[in-house]
Amino acid sequence: MTGHAETEEHFAGSTKLFISIWIWLLLLTGFEVFLGYIQLPVIYMLVILMGASIIKAALIVAYFMHLRFERLNLILTIVPALVICICLMLLVFFPDSFRARNLRSPAPAQPAAEKKTRVE
Amino acid sequence: MATEAQAISSDWGGGRLPYRVGHRKLGMWLFIMSDSLTFSALLIAYAYARASNVWPTPFKFYPSIVFSSVMTLVLLSSSLTMVMAVLASAHGQKSKARKWILATALLGVTFIVLHMIEWRHLISEGLTPFKLPAEWAEKWPGASPLFGATFFGITGMHMFHVATGCIYLLIVSGRVNKLKHEDVEISGLYWHFVDLVWMFVFPMIYLLSIDMTK
Repeated sequence: MTGHAETEEHFAGSTKLFISIWIWLLLLTGFEVFLGYIQLPVIYMLVILMGASIIKAALIVAYFMHLRFERLNLILTIVPALVICICLMLLVFFPDSFRARNLRSPAPAQPAAEKKTRVE
Repeated sequence: MATEAQAISSDWGGGRLPYRVGHRKLGMWLFIMSDSLTFSALLIAYAYARASNVWPTPFKFYPSIVFSSVMTLVLLSSSLTMVMAVLASAHGQKSKARKWILATALLGVTFIVLHMIEWRHLISEGLTPFKLPAEWAEKWPGASPLFGATFFGITGMHMFHVATGCIYLLIVSGRVNKLKHEDVEISGLYWHFVDLVWMFVFPMIYLLSIDMTK
């Protein structure tokens, strides 16, 4: 940061951009809550909610956390490692949760058709 | 300086600032990486416990979901005020930046207060980390008692991050005249990360546990 003037720092983005990102985040959240309100079956809920959450996370990281405007090598240091690590965790735990489910005895009185995965 | 400029002109060049960010900012990014893996592990453990057991889905749309949606709104808005603080700081407007940071911390405290009300409500119903309220156990026979453990564990861990973030932001707002712009930006990185985690906690803990029984 040696060559920078004290008063003006580079920070890409404008008030307008950040407010529009915020509105997108609110709309996606509102959509998620609406799906809960109409009581969509849990399996659809899971897929749509995780999809929406990943989009929201991407918006936050790219614009609010400014990663989109950083150097490519910083992005490549942070993002792929995280994605691969999380996928590896899911690789083991996601299939095994079905095994554990089938081992359950006696048969549950209320077979809740739900499973959960995918976080970022 | 000239060699450094040459070195960083390519995306693969090194130089003294290989990522073109200060060492503190790089440190925060590395912390965020490790912290996201912590939260991923917690959420995946929760998903695993939930998928392999009968799991209670106790939250009524009103008041629980509406209440937690308001909490989400508060946290999302705090991210906007934080980015405004960073923007003001980038333009050298220190006092404006301080006001936005204080607004962010205030929203953070609001979030904690709302969350505490939620916790108190669940605890008064009889939920503990290893035991379900009698009413729930009756409604979902054979349900795993770990609902409380995952709920208090994950939301508690998140609330701890929000509380730490509030203290962090108060310190930054107090020292904003002495700090460089990048230091304000770093506190922003932490705060947005806390918001990001809630974007997964809210749907996974609340929206997927809506009580659909009449």
